[in-house]
Amino acid sequence: MKTVEEIKAAIETAVPGASIEIVPNASPSGQLSLLLAPNHAVAVAEFLRDDAELALDFLSNATGIDWPDKEITEKVKVMRQVLKTVDGAEKMVEETVDETRKHVQPGYLEVVYHLFSIEKKHGPVVIRMRTTNRTDQVQLPSLTPVWRSAEFQEREIFDLFGIVFTGHPDLRRLLMWDGFKDHPMRRDYVEPDDFEYEPTAHDEVLARSKAHQAAGQEGAGVGL
Amino acid sequence: MTDSLVNASAVDKKLKGWNRPPIIEPDGEAELLEVAMGPHHPSTHGVFRMDVALDGERVVRLKPVFGYLHRNHEKIAEGNSYLASMPYTDRLDYICSLTNNWAYALAVEKLVGQAVPERAEYLRVILGELTRVQNHASAIGFLIQEMGASGTPLMYAFREREKILDLFESLTGSRMMCNYMRFGGCRVDASPAWLDAARKVVAGLPGFVDEFEALLRSNEILMARTQGVGILRPDLAINAGVTGPMLRASGVNYDIRKVDRYGIYDRFEFRVPLGDHGDVFDRFMIRLLEARESIKILEQALKEIPDGPVMDGKAKIRGFRPKAGEAYGRIEAPKGELGFYLISDGGPNPYRYRVRPPSLVNLTILEDMCLGQNVADVVLIFGSVDIVLGEVDR
Amino acid sequence: MAVEEGLKIELGKQGVFVTTIEELYNWGRRSSVWPMQFGLACCAIEMIATTMARYDLARFGAEVFRPSPRQADLMIISGTVTKKMAPQVVRLYNQMAEPRYVIAMGACAISGGPFKQGYNVLKGIDRYIPVDVHIPGCPPRPEALLQAFITLQKKITGQPLTGEDRPRHLDAEAQGEFPVPHQGEHDLEPTANKGVWTVPVVIR
Repeated sequence: MKTVEEIKAAIETAVPGASIEIVPNASPSGQLSLLLAPNHAVAVAEFLRDDAELALDFLSNATGIDWPDKEITEKVKVMRQVLKTVDGAEKMVEETVDETRKHVQPGYLEVVYHLFSIEKKHGPVVIRMRTTNRTDQVQLPSLTPVWRSAEFQEREIFDLFGIVFTGHPDLRRLLMWDGFKDHPMRRDYVEPDDFEYEPTAHDEVLARSKAHQAAGQEGAGVGL
Repeated sequence: MTDSLVNASAVDKKLKGWNRPPIIEPDGEAELLEVAMGPHHPSTHGVFRMDVALDGERVVRLKPVFGYLHRNHEKIAEGNSYLASMPYTDRLDYICSLTNNWAYALAVEKLVGQAVPERAEYLRVILGELTRVQNHASAIGFLIQEMGASGTPLMYAFREREKILDLFESLTGSRMMCNYMRFGGCRVDASPAWLDAARKVVAGLPGFVDEFEALLRSNEILMARTQGVGILRPDLAINAGVTGPMLRASGVNYDIRKVDRYGIYDRFEFRVPLGDHGDVFDRFMIRLLEARESIKILEQALKEIPDGPVMDGKAKIRGFRPKAGEAYGRIEAPKGELGFYLISDGGPNPYRYRVRPPSLVNLTILEDMCLGQNVADVVLIFGSVDIVLGEVDR
Repeated sequence: MAVEEGLKIELGKQGVFVTTIEELYNWGRRSSVWPMQFGLACCAIEMIATTMARYDLARFGAEVFRPSPRQADLMIISGTVTKKMAPQVVRLYNQMAEPRYVIAMGACAISGGPFKQGYNVLKGIDRYIPVDVHIPGCPPRPEALLQAFITLQKKITGQPLTGEDRPRHLDAEAQGEFPVPHQGEHDLEPTANKGVWTVPVVIR
């Protein structure tokens, strides 16, 4: 089978304008992946499926991943003008000072597809796409028109992560009920508070149960 | 956040012919009858719903509804250490807990680069193939049960299943939820007495399969009801990601044991049975033939199993932190390709833990197979997919 | 009037059979408990194994599994009840005719079990319907389910036909219909039926 670099080159010759990035993987599994830009993703997918040498006719696994906003704290050395008393007189002196800077790395939602070839019996080729952010720009092109096995898996990702697949023929919730509002697999999902009664040894669960009862809700005053 | 559903008509042009279920126009002006089969329905193998629209007896629309057994396996696993997810994998496909263990152990071993000692590989093969035999036997038993033969065939299947479960219990401590495999080996070693007991059970299996096959093939009603029903074309099967006996019944030669040669499957001699027609009958004959091949593997493995440790000495089972990275490991489970996709961020818990469920993906083409068939056949076609709801909904 | 046990045996030897209506009625009920054919999850497989040749539930007169709730006396909650499934379970229970009994089979049906922390998992079916027998285990062995049947039969045997402790189906005032929870935007509404379930008091 071709290496990831060769596949990248093949895609870039076959689909003009497609930008592909290779995502590294430090794990011993060595499964590198290709990051596709959403605007060319369907064309790239069709190429991967129809190319005679790759023939990736089998989309095995589609999954969503949530990468929330990350606050990154780093220490930097900066030159700064400092007012100092030098030889009895106040002066502005340049000095190197340690400063902690915080910045927020914006989060995104990601979808990963694992492709195999039944014809050539090779794989996996891993492709991924990322949304712009986690709130309002969560559209990604659906690959269901290319591989139908994505149909239910993309519905599941829509349900649990809230990625909207444009071009999906039947995008409804798969697992949760229709009136449900949240996307429970997201990292910031708040579970419903039903910890009235927890005869458990798990400290974390007991703490939540106590918090529930302290809030004066049902079951308050139970001798736990 | 846009939650709105995407307009389907905008993309219709892109979908090529067989990529979508055909739309069947009802005859004449008869009103369609809408039937909700499930979630409580004796034929649905659990809590599954099919919203069926009928024109007389003919199915013109069928929409599966999932989620009645959505137990949040993936979310719970993100809060657990790698080891703590192992017992949860038992409860995915609760008929075949050992193959689930295997798939998960394989994925973690890929993620951390862990080797498995030879004896453990043999034990995995023995347990995995015993699991396959009992799964296929129960699947066929359930099929004949659903055709109306109440009780008897299923009792044949469960009689044999109990013998295999006894083996599981004496080795792992549990009949169904074995929780046996570990990253880098197996939890406990099998005693010589256990191996002898296994040989005895395996020696009795070919007779059972013969008997079961006679039950299938000598029954005219069964032949009439299953042949030519629910045909799945190979090109559609591949495009829809169907795996396992379903795919091979449609004539596609793809068995992960042969393709990936994971574990030590390259040491055994076995064939991959393929179907001709891709109908319900083929799917069940493939399962019977596969059970025969599994027995062959079992005989070889039980003969060749070497002495040695069952755990790699350097393997870390608990409290390890894999390097940030990801791995996808898959095996040929009795129902199809069972994969685990793990992402590590360097912490003690997986950052993302995904199960690639064969049962869910195999159901993608349920509507295609059922359209135009009689409603009574829907039960058979659905049964021939051989799903377990614990795995479909997770 | 109960008849003295020794006298009963003596009369039996003479071909005279003496009993009370209560005993006869409960004997009939306990010897033909028809369960509903209703599997939820893993435990359902053990439930099927219980009905098969090795464990043979037919010995207890309970082998007739009815697909329709209208014909069933016993509901075995065999597995995890999710929040998506809970309204259907309560509805099925409402459709069963009195007298009706419930066995909560396995850890999930009792409390949510290993999946308790799941956002879609109901933390015990006794939040919505009354449960007669709980069997722990994950899944309980077939022997445990047989034990649950025996326990249930004992319970039926001991039920008086009149008085304060008479079963629900003989009490015209008793509640027959249990409210079906509604699936809300985040959770089931209400989260428990106050008439059936109260937060248990834990004494330590």
